[in-house]
Amino acid sequence: MINIKEKTIAYFVLALGAVIAIYPLFSIVNLSLTSKSNNSKVQNEFFGFYLGNYIEAWQRGAFNHAMLSSLFVSSCVVLLTLFCAILAGYAFALMQVPFAKTILVLLLFGLVMPYEGVVISLYEMMSSLHLLNTYWALILPQVALSMPFAVLWLRTFFSTVPKSIIESASLDGANKIQSLRFILIPLAKSAIGTLATLLFLFTWNEFLLALVLIPSNTSIQTVPLSLSFFAGNRRNSEPPVTAAAAVLVALPVLFAYLFLQRRLIRGIISGAVKE
Amino acid sequence: MSLKKLMWRFRYAEWSSLLFIAPAILLFSIFVVYPIFQTIWLSFWKWDRISPGVWVGLDNYKKVLSNPEIYSAFSHSLVFVLFYSLIPIAVGLLITLLLLRVKIRGESFFRAILFLPQIISTVVVAISWRWIYAADGPINSLLTKFGAEKITTAWLGNFDTSLIAVGIIGTWINYGLAMILFLSGAQRISQDLLDADRIDGANMRQEFRYILIPSIKGEISIVLIITLTFALRNFDIVWNATQGGPGNSTNVPSLFIYKSAFVNRYVGEAAATSFLLAIVILSVTGLLLLARKESND
Repeated sequence: MINIKEKTIAYFVLALGAVIAIYPLFSIVNLSLTSKSNNSKVQNEFFGFYLGNYIEAWQRGAFNHAMLSSLFVSSCVVLLTLFCAILAGYAFALMQVPFAKTILVLLLFGLVMPYEGVVISLYEMMSSLHLLNTYWALILPQVALSMPFAVLWLRTFFSTVPKSIIESASLDGANKIQSLRFILIPLAKSAIGTLATLLFLFTWNEFLLALVLIPSNTSIQTVPLSLSFFAGNRRNSEPPVTAAAAVLVALPVLFAYLFLQRRLIRGIISGAVKE
Repeated sequence: MSLKKLMWRFRYAEWSSLLFIAPAILLFSIFVVYPIFQTIWLSFWKWDRISPGVWVGLDNYKKVLSNPEIYSAFSHSLVFVLFYSLIPIAVGLLITLLLLRVKIRGESFFRAILFLPQIISTVVVAISWRWIYAADGPINSLLTKFGAEKITTAWLGNFDTSLIAVGIIGTWINYGLAMILFLSGAQRISQDLLDADRIDGANMRQEFRYILIPSIKGEISIVLIITLTFALRNFDIVWNATQGGPGNSTNVPSLFIYKSAFVNRYVGEAAATSFLLAIVILSVTGLLLLARKESND
């Protein structure tokens, strides 16, 4: 019962939505390729594209440091969170944890609590432990703050695994760790992969915690923070250079997104429906 | 809970499970639960990190609640709720209604693009929009082209437009999320139902109310929770687009907290404000979760 008119309208609306979603990115890419003056144009051209702003942004912004440090922080957060959350998710799904309900309510509470509620105390804590401006100050709180999401996600997944599979494993003499290691984790591979992707993305993009907890150590600043400082610095206030810096910083995420978007979006949709 | 039930629980509890949850719970307690109480504790002190703190009881709350800056910050949050949450949801619902019967080809392609604003760093987003809104940016050159030079302005730097301009950034970030989740939820609606409905002469408004809304209310509440939290916190975008300016025209509670805690060093007041903000966000999400549970039962 669909007529052509309806179909045309539908695609027109979708295309319009897509164009709007992409336009801001398109516009800074466009800006980043414009040269400030006409005489430098000859030097840094590449297939007709002017790349001088990129060279300037890369040299002045030291984004290679920031990217390595973001990569390190995000990987540590993902691995530590996964390790703790797999164990806890397993226990909450398949064991009689004492006070399980109370603990799960606490975790849910942590899931919706804004970071603003803890960020001042975290600063005081890290400052009294002399950990401000170190990787620890960024990694440990983010592992803890990611925990509710990860534990609840994995608990949901593990509780959908048919009990018969786990029972047959225990009949074969597998203990809890073995059945987790050899049966449940392989079954959960794709759920864990999606979770890891989401956690990585959240950590990579985290701004407030980085701003508060590593305010003055430029050598370990993460990508969003160093881009924010770069853009706020008067010396770098030429818009094309800032635009080039923003594009540079967005590129690795966009590239990863190209490969992971199906998994990511499917994960978010299914997660949203289940939670 | 009765005593008998409690004893039953104790007998059948697997105490070894505590070993499994220990690492997660330990980290969560040290870096989330303890800091929450620490924030509340700090909110009763007057302290600037240099001289010793003075116990002031509820004075910080009195001070904060009598500060007009806080009220303006929370009123800006309300405007952001409209732009970050309600408008994206309205747009998403409208488009979903429009596409209800259409089998979309290349759906995953559209999804991937519509989801893009969600994955890009908020700093990159703020920088792009700073350019779009700039005095010599694309919006103004478009306006000039159509002979409307009179209304060109530095959109983020103008007291009259800055709040709405920051709001629109949020609409841009969230409308795709709403569309994707609503469209995927709407796929559960059977075409037979829609066809039967149309034969019965239902109009779009009835379809909206009696078919679309009931079948995707789960998605609606999830999008509400995500976007409302985003709107009420909203530190990153404001910080990187306007830093709360010009004047205080785009100031929000989280920015007020950051500035008083780390720039002006009114630690106690900042802690009191963050406790208040957390309470507001927790009650809003709590109410939504409760409503959701109730409609599911």
